[in-house]
Amino acid sequence: MKQKDETLLEIHDLSVSFRMYDHGLSQTDLEVISNLHLSVHPGEILAVAGSSGSGKSLLASAILGILPPNATVRGHLHYKGQELNAQRQKQLRGTEIALVPQSVSFLDPLMKAGKQAEGHHRPRTPAPIKSLFRRLELPEETERLYPFQLSGGMARRVLVSTALLTDARLVIADEPTPGMSLEQAMEALGMFREMAREGKAVILITHDIDLAFEFADRVAVFYAGTTVETAPASDFRSGPDRLRHPYSKALWNALPQNGFQPIEGFQPYAGDLPKGCLFAPRCPYRTEKCIISIPPVREVRGGEVRCYYGS
Amino acid sequence: MALEAKNIFFRYRNKKPWILEDCTLRVEKGERLALFAPSGYGKTTLAMLLAGYLKPIKGQILLEDKPLPQKGICPVQLICQHPENAINPRWRLRRVLEEAGGIREDMLDAFGIETAWLSRFPRELSGGELQRFCVARAISSDADYLICDEISTMLDVITQAQIWNVILNEAEKHNTAVIAVTHNRHLAAKIAERTVELPDL
Repeated sequence: MKQKDETLLEIHDLSVSFRMYDHGLSQTDLEVISNLHLSVHPGEILAVAGSSGSGKSLLASAILGILPPNATVRGHLHYKGQELNAQRQKQLRGTEIALVPQSVSFLDPLMKAGKQAEGHHRPRTPAPIKSLFRRLELPEETERLYPFQLSGGMARRVLVSTALLTDARLVIADEPTPGMSLEQAMEALGMFREMAREGKAVILITHDIDLAFEFADRVAVFYAGTTVETAPASDFRSGPDRLRHPYSKALWNALPQNGFQPIEGFQPYAGDLPKGCLFAPRCPYRTEKCIISIPPVREVRGGEVRCYYGS
Repeated sequence: MALEAKNIFFRYRNKKPWILEDCTLRVEKGERLALFAPSGYGKTTLAMLLAGYLKPIKGQILLEDKPLPQKGICPVQLICQHPENAINPRWRLRRVLEEAGGIREDMLDAFGIETAWLSRFPRELSGGELQRFCVARAISSDADYLICDEISTMLDVITQAQIWNVILNEAEKHNTAVIAVTHNRHLAAKIAERTVELPDL
C-alpha cells in the first residue's frame, strides 16, 4: 500500500442515503451507497466499472458535493490528506476537481458548444480549444453549434473537452465514451492517459469495460452501492481466473467477445438489500455464511475483495 | 414485407452539406441488421427518418410499399440513445408503459423492473434503469421493426447481455426486424446477421 500522503483522494466507509416519501407524509431513508472504500493516487487512472444503478455516478456527485438536498452523506472523504467538507468541495470543484458529466443533458441548451467547453475559466488563448477539438475529431464549426445540433458522440466529446481544458488535479469522467467510435474513444482515453502522466489522477466511470481494462491502472468493480473488488487492470486483461470476486468474473463473461453469457437475476433494489453479501442471491458459490453476514474487505494478491472465498 | 429508405436526402438546414445523400436501405421483416458509422455521420438521423420522427427532404420511407402510418402506434419503433430524453419527465413510469398498450408482467420480469419503480418519476431512476423501460415499452407495442440506437452503451455488460437476449428472443418469436446502431463490433457480431456501413449507402 502507498503512503497516505501519496493518496490524492481517500474515501473511507462512505455511505449515501436519500430521504424519500413512502406513504403519505411518512419518509424513509434509502441507502444507495454503503461501506464504500476507494483511494486514488496521483498519476493513475482508476476505472470504476460495475452494475448500472450501483451508485457510480452518485459517487461522483458525492465527491463533488453536488448531491440533491434530500441526500445524506456519511463517512470520510479526504483530498490531499485534508477532510473534504462542503465548503472545500465548493472551492475545489471546477478548478481542482473536474467532472465530465454522464448525461449530455448537462450541456446548456442555450449556449454554443465552444463557449461551454471554455467554461468559467476562459483559457488564455483560443488556440487550445481549437487544437483540442481537432484532436477529438470535432469539425471546426462545432464551436459555433448549439447542443441540439450535435450528434450524441459529438456532444460527448464536447463534454470531455470541458475537463481537458481545466487545470484540474483530479478528473472524474462519468461515462465519457458512449456514442464515440472505437478510434475516438481510444483518442479520448489516450488524452486522459496523458493527464495521468502529468501527475493528475483520473477516475474513469465506464461501462466500456474492455476499454477500461486496456487504459486503466486499477479497476474498481461496483455492485449495489459498494466496491466488491479493486484490482490491477492487468488481472482483468488476463481473464476470469485472475479475478477475485464472482461478480467480476460474471462481468468478464458477459462481454460480447467473451461469450455474451449473462448471469441470472438482477442487482437488488437499494431499499431491499440482502442481509449478508450483496451478491449472494446471484452467486453460484454462496454458502450459509454469505447469506448471514457481510464479508469484510480482504487483501488478496495485490487487490482488495469483499468476498469470503475470493482468492 | 420490408422497411425501405429509397434514395433519401436529408439535412437539418438549407445550404448546409447533406448529412444523408441518396441513401438507400432495405430491411426485410424478421431480419437482424447492424448499422455502423463513425460518430456524426448520421446514424441517429437515419434511425429517426426510418421511424418517422423526421421527414426526408427528397426520397421516401416506405413500409410495405406504403408511407409510414400517421395515426396510432407506429409499427417502426425507435429506442433512443439517451433514455432520459425519451421519457416524459412529468409522467410516472407506470404511465409510460401504459401508453404502449398496458403493462406486461413478463416484460417486467424479463427486464428486472421492480414494481416500486412504476410509481417513480424518471429522474429518480438511473439511465440504465430508464433504458429498460424504453426497451420494454417498444417491445410491448408489438412493433414489426425495432430500431435500437446504441441502446446498451449506458448499461453494464451483464444487463446488456440480458436485454439483448430478451430482444432477440422476442424478435424471433414475433418475426420482428431489429436494426441495431452500434459502435461495438463484438456486439454487432453477436446480434446481427448483416452489417451495413453508413458511408457506403
